[in-house]
Amino acid sequence: MSEQTKAGATITVEIWRGREDGHFDSFSVPHEEKQTILDVVTYIQRRIDPTVSYRFACRIGMCGSCAMMVNGAPRWTCRTHASKVLKDGKIRLQPLRNLPVIKDLVTDMTVFFDKWQKAGGRFEPSQPGSQEFAEVSPESKERAAASAGIECIGCGVCYAACDVVAWNPDYLGPAQLNRAWTLVNDVRDADRKGHLAAVAVDAGCHACHSHQNCTRYCPKSLNPTASIAGLKRATMTAALKGDL
Amino acid sequence: MNRNWPTRNHPTYWAFVLHRVSGLGLALFLPAHFYVLALALKGEAALDSFLRWTEYPMVKIAETGLVILLAIHMAGGLRLLALEFLPWRDWQKTLIAAASGFALMVGLVFLLRAY
Repeated sequence: MSEQTKAGATITVEIWRGREDGHFDSFSVPHEEKQTILDVVTYIQRRIDPTVSYRFACRIGMCGSCAMMVNGAPRWTCRTHASKVLKDGKIRLQPLRNLPVIKDLVTDMTVFFDKWQKAGGRFEPSQPGSQEFAEVSPESKERAAASAGIECIGCGVCYAACDVVAWNPDYLGPAQLNRAWTLVNDVRDADRKGHLAAVAVDAGCHACHSHQNCTRYCPKSLNPTASIAGLKRATMTAALKGDL
Repeated sequence: MNRNWPTRNHPTYWAFVLHRVSGLGLALFLPAHFYVLALALKGEAALDSFLRWTEYPMVKIAETGLVILLAIHMAGGLRLLALEFLPWRDWQKTLIAAASGFALMVGLVFLLRAY
């Protein structure tokens, strides 16, 4: 670990304990330079209370598994410096919003990935078994639209930030709709109308209120709201053509 | 668990709140509006006496608020239509600023003409 910023400086960390019904436990952690929130939680679990549960894997912003609510905002803890989010020397950590809590900071993401399927997030190959490369110009309008959303790693930050999910638990969710939009624009996909039909439902793309919380909090700077707006246009056009 | 999250303090969320609040305000006003129009059915005098009341300065100020609500809802609605039906623009904040500026301008013009 690196040197402490100030000798003896500490952070008060409140961590959610239990499931939906639970309480906050408070811990005192030495404040260090360039310390991430993930470092803070790991310090607590390794040195103070080994019963604290949390998830992480890569530690470098690739896997998305360490996402949680940090002072009320969904974040990747491995890419969040403690000094950036400290409020009066305090940090409050909670499990990702809008997901059932398993224990402490660990959520059950089953519903998140079930909705991925429900939104038609599965690629349907138009040439299954083909050994040939599909030729797709990166400059084509459709490929550009797909590429804009393709970097999503399914961390659930946008899902936790979304008020529409909080208000309507059936709502498919920003990450899921963003995925559908990338497939609608993928010329190699065999069922692009099917992808549109999957999202043109009651709790689908048209339920989005364009709050843009998802866009604001996406750690990869993706824009799910723009993807959902694209789906709104595409489903409307398809409906007018009688394709839906 | 505490569900009161501070994730909403940003321009596009405020635009949503303004649109929702102005819409609710206008919905509440609408029955009063129809009631006043219906006064005409009772004869000229009933409507005219109400219209004279609306000439009081305080009523004019309240009316300016109403005009601003209407302008906010219209400009915000146009912003939403642009967001959903036109190709995506990254300058969402500019669109919100333009819609808000338009609503305030309409309110001020109304106020200037009222006095």
